[in-house]
Amino acid sequence: MGRKDVNRRTGKVGPGNGAREGNSPQARNGRTETDGRPELSVEIAQSGQSGRKDGSKVPAGSRVSGQGTVAPTPAAQGASYEQVQKMHPLYFNIVKKRYIWFALSLLVIIPGVISLFTRGLNLGIDFQGGTMLDITFNKPTTQGAITRTLDSVGLSGSVQPSNGNKEVLIRTQALDEQTRNKLLAALQSQVGPYDAGKLQEDKVSPEIGQELTHNALLALGIAMGLMLLYITIRFQFSYAISGIIALVHDVLVTLGVFSLFHWQIDAPFVAAILTIFGYSINDTVVIFDRIRENEAKMKRGDSYEDMVDKSVWQTMRRSINTVVTVLIALFSVFILGGASTKVFALAMLIGVFSGAYSSIFNASQILVEIKTRLSDSPKGKPSRARA
Amino acid sequence: MRRRNILKLIVLVLAVAAAVALSIPKLSNPTSGIPLGLDLRGGVHLVLQAQPGANGKPITKDDMDKAKAIIAKRVNELGVSEPVVQADYQKDRIIVDLAGIKDPNKAVEVLKTTAQLTIRDPKGKILMQGDELKDAQASQDPSQGYVVNLTFTPAGAQKFAAITKEYLGQRIGIYLDNRVLTDPKVNVVIPNGQAEITGYSTLQDAANDAVLMRSGALPVSMTIAEKREVGASLGVDSLHRSINAGIYGLAFIFLFMLVFYRLPGVVADFSLIVYALIVLWVLWLFHAVLTLEGIAGFILSIGMAVDFNIIIYERVKEEIRLGKSLRAAVESGFSRAFITVIDAHVTTLITAVTLYVLGTGTIQGFALTLGIGILASLFTAITFTRTVLRWVVGINPQTNTRWYGVRREA
Repeated sequence: MGRKDVNRRTGKVGPGNGAREGNSPQARNGRTETDGRPELSVEIAQSGQSGRKDGSKVPAGSRVSGQGTVAPTPAAQGASYEQVQKMHPLYFNIVKKRYIWFALSLLVIIPGVISLFTRGLNLGIDFQGGTMLDITFNKPTTQGAITRTLDSVGLSGSVQPSNGNKEVLIRTQALDEQTRNKLLAALQSQVGPYDAGKLQEDKVSPEIGQELTHNALLALGIAMGLMLLYITIRFQFSYAISGIIALVHDVLVTLGVFSLFHWQIDAPFVAAILTIFGYSINDTVVIFDRIRENEAKMKRGDSYEDMVDKSVWQTMRRSINTVVTVLIALFSVFILGGASTKVFALAMLIGVFSGAYSSIFNASQILVEIKTRLSDSPKGKPSRARA
Repeated sequence: MRRRNILKLIVLVLAVAAAVALSIPKLSNPTSGIPLGLDLRGGVHLVLQAQPGANGKPITKDDMDKAKAIIAKRVNELGVSEPVVQADYQKDRIIVDLAGIKDPNKAVEVLKTTAQLTIRDPKGKILMQGDELKDAQASQDPSQGYVVNLTFTPAGAQKFAAITKEYLGQRIGIYLDNRVLTDPKVNVVIPNGQAEITGYSTLQDAANDAVLMRSGALPVSMTIAEKREVGASLGVDSLHRSINAGIYGLAFIFLFMLVFYRLPGVVADFSLIVYALIVLWVLWLFHAVLTLEGIAGFILSIGMAVDFNIIIYERVKEEIRLGKSLRAAVESGFSRAFITVIDAHVTTLITAVTLYVLGTGTIQGFALTLGIGILASLFTAITFTRTVLRWVVGINPQTNTRWYGVRREA
């Protein structure tokens, strides 16, 4: 969408509202208003901050109207960099400090990646195949009693008691029905009666597990390709690359944390990773959308860095609030939801948090790196501002 | 203008309240409401893998059809409501979902055993084995109606000739395991191994029996490749936990929106209710089975649905700060934010579709609710939220912008 359209549209809306006179902020702020539009002087005074030394120079990109006011309608022009800075009490220059953010990300990612390569992920039965029995006994039991029972039927596996030693999670290789029934009978006679209504059993053959792993990787690849394509079409390739790097960041953080803590992962984890994929780019796109809008309005000599910094701060509230609502939803699933959705919610929590960080602190900063390195004059305006 | 808008809003609030009151009993009805997956009411999910025979003969589609027919027949005997039996021809698998089953152990036991076809005398004594039956096909006989044509192996033909001679005029039974499939009366002696069973009322009935008779000599044995069993009370427990998680999640999101966005926050919360209703009705319409992961996807999609409102409201706030009137700010805020919203959510939609296409079982359930959720929140934002916000602004365009969470002095 070009800004000319915006002008025309807002122009159409503008005259219709007589209500403006009373509560116009410009009037209250003591600014002069001509023709319902803010004076150019305001604009220039602020733009001194944003890299331009000579305040009197009329930007080439803006049009001069008959009434002697320059600058388009407020909505089309948007707030100035300085206004945006003032609005946020905690303002600091995010773009300038970008190497700090990159370093912070690496600080989390590098140990995670090392752990991924050395220890790998704690793959559950969904990936490797096996049988998992979640049994709630009527009376508390001990880990030893369960292990001895497993031994007595010639099986070995991991035993994990919980819920005051009444509930036990047993993981073994994939059991056929006969062995499974033998084990349950042995548990009943050697450990004690259990609640059949609370029995949960998952059995996955190794072949099915391999399929899941294969499909998960395929889905990740396809989703990544489609997103790269979509962002390239809707934005530019440099945006797409920056967005995808931020995405890979989020996936690596989540995988890394799961590897470091050796938390077990199962099929829903794949869904979580893919949702992180889709959702974290969503956050990034909200910021990119504003950069795209501001980039189109850039004037000769404007600093790309400042424009990006402004865009990030303009969308700060949205970025934070949208993530907060999703985190609220995830926290309620994590704390209150069923056991099998806990790992899913945990992975999503890490991923969404990392996604918010990378959207604000990494994605746009990578875009700045790409743009400034590609253009000859690093502070200059990039050649392709979309109209 | 003002009074009319107030009236419209009152009517709308009442209408939504009525819709909620009517929808809850309808959607949560155990029989006609949204069906619950087996992880929410107990049950067993089985993936049976066909194993090629010892002679290394490849598994054909017909083999799979036979296997599916037998398993479906047995499942129906178990008395499970709405059982699911699907064949995956590419991977030679039969997928069985038995939600709400009382005794999963028995079900697995029954499904696992291979079907045995026998021909027995009127007293139930076995006369010959089904593997001597070469083929059974349903057809339409011009004079006899729908029939099943049987072809025996040469050895079987001899035996069958003897049987038909001995039991001429009596009924012989064709049994699948221990159950009578059909008990035709022997009208003539059949010497050549070509028999015809008459008296079917539809071709479908004849075809069903034919497939089961052919299956008597089924070459495939089935192993359990995947099994997920959930105890009944565990399922109920999960359902309650999920509903709880949903209620608390929704309540906190409501509160958050109220505190940060005040009046539009009320509109957003109201839109969320409409949104939730739409998603649930669409799920109901598609007969989508609600699973634990599906509910997680739904709760997550509520968190994401608010995104639309936040993106739009932040934009509206910006427009107000830039000096626009409320009404103009709402209009341009909506149209500007719309592009952002589309771009941002297409990416999540891509994920949902990819997951749905490549995922299995529980993951598909999650992808479905997530995908429907995104589309529904788009729809709600454009139609409902926008209209209601227009009405609210229409009541008093001079409303202090504090009600919109904007301080003018900045």
